[in-house]
Amino acid sequence: MRLLEYQGKELFDEFGIRVPRSHLAHTIQEAREGGSKLGYPLVIKSQLTVGGRGKAGAILKCKNEEELEPKFNELLHKEVKGELPRSILLEEMADIKRELYLSMFLNRSKRCYSLISSAEGGIDIESAGSKVMVDVPIDGLSPQQAEETAVKLGLNGETIVSFVDFTTKLSKLVNEKEAELAEINPVAILQDDSFMALDSKVIIDDNAMFRHPELKKYEHVSELEKQAEVSGFSLVELDGNVAIIGNGAGLVMSTLDMVSDAGGRAGAFLDFGGRATTETIYEALKVISKIKRVEAILVNLFGGIVRTNLVAQAILDAYNNNLMNVPVFARISGAESEKAKEMLQGSKAKLYNTVEEAIQSAVSTLNDSRGST
Amino acid sequence: MTTTVEKTFNIFDILIGTEGEEDFGKKPVIIQGITGSYGSTHTRLMKAYGTNIPAGVTPGRGGQRFEDIPVYNTMSEAVQATGAQISGIFVPAPFFLKAAVEAIDSGIKLLVAIPEHIPIKDSIKVLEYARKNGAKMIGPNTPGVIVPEVMKVGIMPAQPFKAGTTVVFSRSGTLMYDVSYNLTSKGYGQRLCLGIGGDPINGTNLIEAFDLVRDREDVESIVVVGEIGGDAEEQLAQYIINTNFIKPVIAYIAGRAAPKEKRMGHAGAIVYGDYGSAESKVANYAKANVPVAKRPAEVPELLANKLRK
Repeated sequence: MRLLEYQGKELFDEFGIRVPRSHLAHTIQEAREGGSKLGYPLVIKSQLTVGGRGKAGAILKCKNEEELEPKFNELLHKEVKGELPRSILLEEMADIKRELYLSMFLNRSKRCYSLISSAEGGIDIESAGSKVMVDVPIDGLSPQQAEETAVKLGLNGETIVSFVDFTTKLSKLVNEKEAELAEINPVAILQDDSFMALDSKVIIDDNAMFRHPELKKYEHVSELEKQAEVSGFSLVELDGNVAIIGNGAGLVMSTLDMVSDAGGRAGAFLDFGGRATTETIYEALKVISKIKRVEAILVNLFGGIVRTNLVAQAILDAYNNNLMNVPVFARISGAESEKAKEMLQGSKAKLYNTVEEAIQSAVSTLNDSRGST
Repeated sequence: MTTTVEKTFNIFDILIGTEGEEDFGKKPVIIQGITGSYGSTHTRLMKAYGTNIPAGVTPGRGGQRFEDIPVYNTMSEAVQATGAQISGIFVPAPFFLKAAVEAIDSGIKLLVAIPEHIPIKDSIKVLEYARKNGAKMIGPNTPGVIVPEVMKVGIMPAQPFKAGTTVVFSRSGTLMYDVSYNLTSKGYGQRLCLGIGGDPINGTNLIEAFDLVRDREDVESIVVVGEIGGDAEEQLAQYIINTNFIKPVIAYIAGRAAPKEKRMGHAGAIVYGDYGSAESKVANYAKANVPVAKRPAEVPELLANKLRK
């Protein structure tokens, strides 16, 4: 789960990592209240789960109250990478001497956590010239490690003390809240050499959420995602018109690639996991039927213990109960496929022997219907 | 932190033993969570395939039997009774850490961790504990491991696999079946198929998996089924170059058409910027002279080409 900036900063604050004074606003009234509380000038920032806000112009400076309303409205309606902000964060302007980069993340290839820091802040870390990386033990960063890192970064005097304080707190947060990533870009070094987190990017391990009821309030899932989650499905909504359903994340991804290669556009990715029963397939079709842009469903099932007639039954049930009306193109490798083929005769669903044939047929059917309208 | 397996670890020795041994191909496997719905279903299927399962563990069910298999309360009792070195873990994710630590404490040398949705912190803890105690883990979030026509520890169906000289390592379960099925139908049987797992943290990563078979005379070629996310394929490509790996290798990568910053079903299948992208993986494989199939059905064709050379 990726937290919004203000949510990450709430966690920072809880762990003693200093953040600017701020006010969260959903409406211009709330923004005006924030303005009079914080004073001007201030900065307003779109709360988004996508990166690149600064470049996209979704962070603006307001010199006075007159500037607030037009700029606030501008941000409220500005899409960044297809996403509209859920709220706008107003913040005081910090008196910055210089900036640093700091993050702790799950290092997949080393199978441990790593701390990355750089003496250049506010930039893309991939392109940072000088960065220091240290591996962090499972119980957290030690003050010695933090101090050595500070020295390597060329910090001195009070800033070393501030750095050790900031990084050990960040490490504690990552450990206790089970984050995959906690990034502060930039960290501001203020005039008095103390540190302040000007931004936050925190990703919490979804699989650890059962241990963190206190983070539930940050979850932001659509009704559809909620329904999928309850059924134990993985659902990703996409912008095309072909929904892809299968029993395994890799298999569905692979099908998505092949649909795209064949000139089709996927509208949904749904992995219903290991159990291919009439009920699970029916539930999966139910979820998909709520996505309006879907014009065809591609089913790709693989597994020796899948009974294809049970799958065919689920598809027939979905048509009979008027759950859906769109054609289904299915490749189901498993027992009793001849029987399943017979069952589906006369319906809008068809079984194919290979996934390539099913995809070809789906894509050309959609193209034909486009041509005739 | 070491990234390669100690040369003494021989997965074939652990899984099936050596020919001539009395229990060759019949090494005992304990199933943790044997009475659960998942554990019980697959215990039956594993037994039917030829796996020797002389004991299972479910806390609170000690003294009972599951289809003639004695159930114990604890791993130490089960290990004492059977001398097993392998454990198949089928417990729900919140109980995984405790089950795995108990298995390692009881002297288990190979943990096959089936469950999905294990917190990353728990995986790292188990991995560190296993390392300290000389144990290895496959998974979590893996279909398991199969020596076709001999035995399997996991949830894979039997039908896609056939004995042979190819090895399949896969980050995805169903794609391991699909690719193996394609290989089998074109006459390429498998010596070993091993699910790396779909999580960001893998007990046995691709490089360690390659180390398991690099000197095996009964392994002729390797197929690596990868997906977007992380840099396991990039690291593997570098390993192939650096260590002059000579056996033919064919790869497949799922998720080329997936959007960035979206988790595609597997916890580990997510692209951030260029990190974890299919393009990066294909480019690195190209440097290592590893052909990448466009779809599962293309894998045997590419393998045939490579073997002809």
